[in-house]
Amino acid sequence: MSTPNLNGRGAGPASSPADPAAPAASVPIKAIRLRHPWRMVFAIVLIVVFALAIVDAAFRPAYDWPTVAKYLFDRRISQAALVTLELTVYSMVIAIVLGVILAVMRLSPNPVVKSLAWFYLWVFRGTPVYVQLTIWGLISLIYSSIDIGIPFMHPWVSFETNAALSTFALAVIGLSLNEAAYMAEIVRAGLLAVDRGQEEAATALGMSWSQTMTRVILPQSMRVIIPPTGNEVISMLKTTSLVTAVPFSFDLFARSRDISAETFNPIPLLIVASIWYLFFTSILMVGQYFLEKRFARGIGDRQPDKKGGGSNPEPITGVTVVPESEQAPATRSTREPGTGQGGPS
Amino acid sequence: MSDMTTPGAASADRGYVPMVLAEQVSKSFGSHEVLKSISLEVKRGEVMCLVGPSGSGKSTFLRCINHLEVLSAGRLSVDGELIGYRETSGKLYEMAPKEAAKQRRDIGMVFQRFNLFPHMTALQNVMEAPLRVKGLPKAQAERTARDLLARVGLAERADYYPAHLSGGQQQRVAIARALAMEPKLMLFDEPTSALDPELVGEVLDVMKGLAKEGMTMIVVTHEMGFAREVGDSLVFMDGGVVVESGDPELVLSNPQHRRTQAFLSKVL
Repeated sequence: MSTPNLNGRGAGPASSPADPAAPAASVPIKAIRLRHPWRMVFAIVLIVVFALAIVDAAFRPAYDWPTVAKYLFDRRISQAALVTLELTVYSMVIAIVLGVILAVMRLSPNPVVKSLAWFYLWVFRGTPVYVQLTIWGLISLIYSSIDIGIPFMHPWVSFETNAALSTFALAVIGLSLNEAAYMAEIVRAGLLAVDRGQEEAATALGMSWSQTMTRVILPQSMRVIIPPTGNEVISMLKTTSLVTAVPFSFDLFARSRDISAETFNPIPLLIVASIWYLFFTSILMVGQYFLEKRFARGIGDRQPDKKGGGSNPEPITGVTVVPESEQAPATRSTREPGTGQGGPS
Repeated sequence: MSDMTTPGAASADRGYVPMVLAEQVSKSFGSHEVLKSISLEVKRGEVMCLVGPSGSGKSTFLRCINHLEVLSAGRLSVDGELIGYRETSGKLYEMAPKEAAKQRRDIGMVFQRFNLFPHMTALQNVMEAPLRVKGLPKAQAERTARDLLARVGLAERADYYPAHLSGGQQQRVAIARALAMEPKLMLFDEPTSALDPELVGEVLDVMKGLAKEGMTMIVVTHEMGFAREVGDSLVFMDGGVVVESGDPELVLSNPQHRRTQAFLSKVL
């Protein structure tokens, strides 16, 4: 034994799966399956009721299916659907970024930062989003111009609120600032779900607080954060129908109502809008599935990552990492106090 | 072990700065005093085993050494450097988090529950601190990390996630991760307590190897066999005080204090 290799026992005894030495084949069980007659009855009843409802709906004049078909791909509707999607995406992106910042602020050791985040949550979660959107719509009455500069001095830049912020921008601001408060709580729950030992291990390695957050805590909390965030995205898609409070009227719901005001026939257009909302939420659900898979890394039953290859690129011996003074058979008497630190040199 | 006394003798003829020096260290959580005026000294290259019943303050003391817990009273220094505070003309100044982080780099810690980063492979776990904290180039960090994994016998497991490793393997990765920062002192907080009995040996073997290479170690443990074989000194703690300390062989075979006797009769 010339190498002072620390390892005593190779790769470890518990790693190899036990070979099941196949015992004598046992007799498969032959039994009559347990029947569930009521499941069948319930299913038949449901199918009958459902079929009746469909037939009824098909012939009920109030639904006015020809009109639904006419407007489903109407250019005004499809454009409004796109606007709704834009509102959702912009608002959510801003809300997620702001939410992460707020959550980290709430967990920060700094009491000033912590109470600032708490205050934000108190205001934006404590008032209805419809009210908030209405206030954003009236912002130019409250602040007629936006000044940038030192307080009580002549501003460097100044512009009219009305000119600077379109109703679309106000809608995005209103939706995202409200949503950020909810996202902050989701992210905070995710951060708290990570075992405290993780933070300690990172700290003990000399990592700073921000390194610990970004490298260790946040990536692990994603698994907890994603499902409720998917929920929020879907919820946001539907909440965009409230932007009429701003008033912004180019989203899906407002547009379909405008059209029905011309045709005096609201119900088919509500169906058109619903079909579009359902279409988008279905796509979002698929996206969420793949995101969840991605962040289950190392925790789900994903197979060991073999990209580095099982064999090492260069031969490794214990000798290469041991200080020269210790290459002689390691007895404690040969060691100088200063050099005997055992770390790789 | 016949050469047990060597570390003490070797460090005695130097300028003599003990690796760890605790002077009347006390720690309270609220009104509950967990450590009551602990004074002890760990020499360079010494392996000190801390034993005692649960709740005796062993782990808290260990965590004070790298400032994971803040002292309530007393002084604690590692390698002559005061931990957590700067002393300028007789006044103590609390350290900024950055300075405290810098001190921790030189002190490796191994936890009872491993605390490996589950979203990183074994190799990434070992590379993380050298990359982010020391700023080593990636190729160099990876080479060192692979060497360290080989040292703890896990070269073939480098690309496995912790979830696919046994407890013993995870703990060995955790030891490699701590060694990657080239610490001058290693703290072990009950490193084998969360392991299945048949996996304890592989972790203790790695620790023995480390001790043989001259690493200064403080080990909180219930493994009396390890303390006897590898430890240079043994400290028995109970109720936040050091009840008895000395040569492990002597303390374990002939405990002087009644509380030590009572504890040892239960665990031996």
